[in-house]
Amino acid sequence: MLIKRRSFLQATSLATASLFVPKFLKAFEAPRFVPPGNKVVVMLQLTGGNDGLNTVVPVRNDLYYKARPTLALAREKTLAIGDEAGLHPALTAFADAWNDGSLGIVNAVGYPEPDRSHFRSMDIWQSASDSSEFVNTGWIGRYLDTQAPKGGRPTQALEFDDALSLAMKGAQMNGLALRDPAQLASLTGDRFLKETVLQHTDHHHEQAEYLYKTLSATLSGAEQIVKNARLRAGSAAYPNSAMGKSLKTIASLICSDIDTRVYYLSHGGFDTHIGQELLHQRALKEMNDAVGAFVKDLKAAGRFDDVLLVGFSEFGRRVEQNASKGTDHGSANSLFLLGGGLKQKGMINAMPDLADLDKGDVRFKVDFRQVYATLLNKWLGADDKAVLGESFAHLKFI
Amino acid sequence: MPTQQQKNQHLLRRAGFGPAASQWDDVQRRSTAELWSALKKDSAAAPTYLNVLDEELLSTFRSPALLRGYDEAGRKRVAAKNRVALRDINLRWLREMSESRAQLREKMAFFWHGHFPTYTLNINNAQLLLHVLRTHALGNFRTLLTQVSQSAAMMLYLNAQQNRKGHPNENFAREVMELFTLGRGNYTEKDIQEAARAFTGWRVEADGSFGFKDSEHDGSSKTIFGKTGAWKGEDVLGFLLDRRETAVHLTRKLYKFLVSDTPSEPRVQQLADVFYKSGYEISALLDAIFTAPWFYETELLGARIKSPIELLAGIRRTIPLTLENEEYYLLLQRVLGQTLFYPPNVAGWPGGRTWIDSTTLPARMRLPGLLREVSAGAASGDGPVNVVNTVFSNAKPRPLGKGTVINTRIDWTAHLKRFDGVKREDLTAAISESLLAIPLQVPASLVTGSADAGTRESFLRTATLQVMALPEYQLC
Repeated sequence: MLIKRRSFLQATSLATASLFVPKFLKAFEAPRFVPPGNKVVVMLQLTGGNDGLNTVVPVRNDLYYKARPTLALAREKTLAIGDEAGLHPALTAFADAWNDGSLGIVNAVGYPEPDRSHFRSMDIWQSASDSSEFVNTGWIGRYLDTQAPKGGRPTQALEFDDALSLAMKGAQMNGLALRDPAQLASLTGDRFLKETVLQHTDHHHEQAEYLYKTLSATLSGAEQIVKNARLRAGSAAYPNSAMGKSLKTIASLICSDIDTRVYYLSHGGFDTHIGQELLHQRALKEMNDAVGAFVKDLKAAGRFDDVLLVGFSEFGRRVEQNASKGTDHGSANSLFLLGGGLKQKGMINAMPDLADLDKGDVRFKVDFRQVYATLLNKWLGADDKAVLGESFAHLKFI
Repeated sequence: MPTQQQKNQHLLRRAGFGPAASQWDDVQRRSTAELWSALKKDSAAAPTYLNVLDEELLSTFRSPALLRGYDEAGRKRVAAKNRVALRDINLRWLREMSESRAQLREKMAFFWHGHFPTYTLNINNAQLLLHVLRTHALGNFRTLLTQVSQSAAMMLYLNAQQNRKGHPNENFAREVMELFTLGRGNYTEKDIQEAARAFTGWRVEADGSFGFKDSEHDGSSKTIFGKTGAWKGEDVLGFLLDRRETAVHLTRKLYKFLVSDTPSEPRVQQLADVFYKSGYEISALLDAIFTAPWFYETELLGARIKSPIELLAGIRRTIPLTLENEEYYLLLQRVLGQTLFYPPNVAGWPGGRTWIDSTTLPARMRLPGLLREVSAGAASGDGPVNVVNTVFSNAKPRPLGKGTVINTRIDWTAHLKRFDGVKREDLTAAISESLLAIPLQVPASLVTGSADAGTRESFLRTATLQVMALPEYQLC
């Protein structure tokens, strides 16, 4: 009788025990064995303020062409997605996703009283706070806080970066940040680190406690990640970029038994004040090629329906181009949803109304916290009100 | 109640990069008032200019047109020199922080370096800005703010030259208000837009000096903070300083940098008053902090998590290192999350607990174990690390993996001397007391048991490195 592996593993305490995987079970580690239904979110943060209007181009809107005499993308240059819009030419994989019903675009996503400072707006998106509030925890960290028992395990939220973002920091729990599993492997074999944790005597010094707690969570989490990232044989070819490598690892982990529900990674280069054309092309292409490989890999592994990739930015950019062949900070922006499990596909709401701007910026129509609430409730099975502090109307894309 | 030794160590770790091993006598015998006095005295003289450029590089920076006269090979050579200079300015300043007697100045310059972040590949501009920071680190903030704002590095970083009459670029106006002076919520979008117009006309001359082009300047009337007039950039800077919020914002940041990761708001307000009333004299603010009785209370010992630079400089002051390959300093900075001259963004390094996570904490703890002592003249085991391209870019560096070894000579003399006369069984406690801001959080036997008990000296060395590998060593 085959035990449902995932529920079996979750029932045991993973915190300290090293998992012994009997040889006979390894035979069943073909991709399709991993039971479907364990939904995963991959948050892709486009840092710097991606220019949504040149990404999802309103090819039939004169106002767009008028506002951007040299920067606007001609219709013929874009990849047609429906009648009203074209994708930036670099986004070939996204166009493919549109065509096979696995891309959703939510337009004019933002929040009231938009802030045009990178750090502030990013903090708002990551903490899911109101524009005037200062919150020290992030929505994914608070999601970890709500997970039983005693606030979840740090491996449930993984970030691929040098430093842990605010998004991943909860009141009691933090997610885990890693650059790549190889680096973690060298940790788990370190005797001194283990002994330090084991022999720690509690002296109630707050800062010291923070350090020891982090160390302990790191060691146990590292063990899990290393084990699970290794289980899968070499997969589809990914580009050699930073994002390519991260998505490759994420795909491996998704196909494993690790209990990770949220992955977080960021991609920069979008703050295109000057000379936008080349910079934007480069940033979008790197994203496109990595995401394209990721989608292909997940489809081959039969896990594409359980994964939802969400691409967002801390704000969009102004409708009018500036004097430096670029664009300045704006507010509301489009947001991507990529995955095999979408209930609504394509253009999920109306394209931005360029005739009714808020001092030159797109007005928000969807609060980003509605997107989070929808993900938390419908994809992650969590209490979105507890995580976000209030109820936000759910959307219907999943 | 902290002992005299603890208070002195505390002062030196906060007002500098930690006690040098050679300062052991001072740490034991002097009063904190005497130590504070000495710190100020040692930083009183004007700093020497730190230069890593040779004549050729300097001339290409000052007169970029010269490069047109170079052939392909010549340009490649200059580009390679440039990459070396990028590395060298970082190492040069790190060495200054580790070795200089002017500890207070270098520590404060380091604060301003994080407060006024820039990124440039023009090392001449980077050097000029560094000199501004080091010259005015302990002086008047008005002067510092003006000189930094008008430095080539800052102007180019925040697009000052793209800000022109009729076509404003708000980048500098926004950041000077949000980050460098008032802080969030203390200005409106309109203030930014109008201020941007006031800053038009500023330009960078080819040699890096500040210039003003009247034809690019929007000389018409502007209303900023409710005041209407044909304001220029310098006027705006004055308005920013007139507002007490600037003093509060700066004081709160400095409090986090010098006192505690979790600021006490009443103290911040009281100190901000001192700063504001003094007309923004930085030394007045520092005096108020370092002579305050509360500064030396137990709860503030170990209240800060060291930044990567403080960690590295502090280790070097305790046990002077001579690495065979100095590029490891760059790799370590990158792995720990802080590289001089390469801030993550214009807000600088957030600091505090953000230094610590599942990657950086183990890296900090393993750092002392990576050092392998070699005697002078030993054959070099390692080739050049050549990290410059990965360190000064967004590419992810290779991690400090298994087998990483950093060959170095270590000058143990001064450090070992302080334990003369200490009984063998008391050594671990003595080492901990000299290196840590808080008591050991593990049994002493963990340290004693992992040390090399072969000789007294080998014990001292290995136990020292072991203590430096503990989480508690990350606190100051």
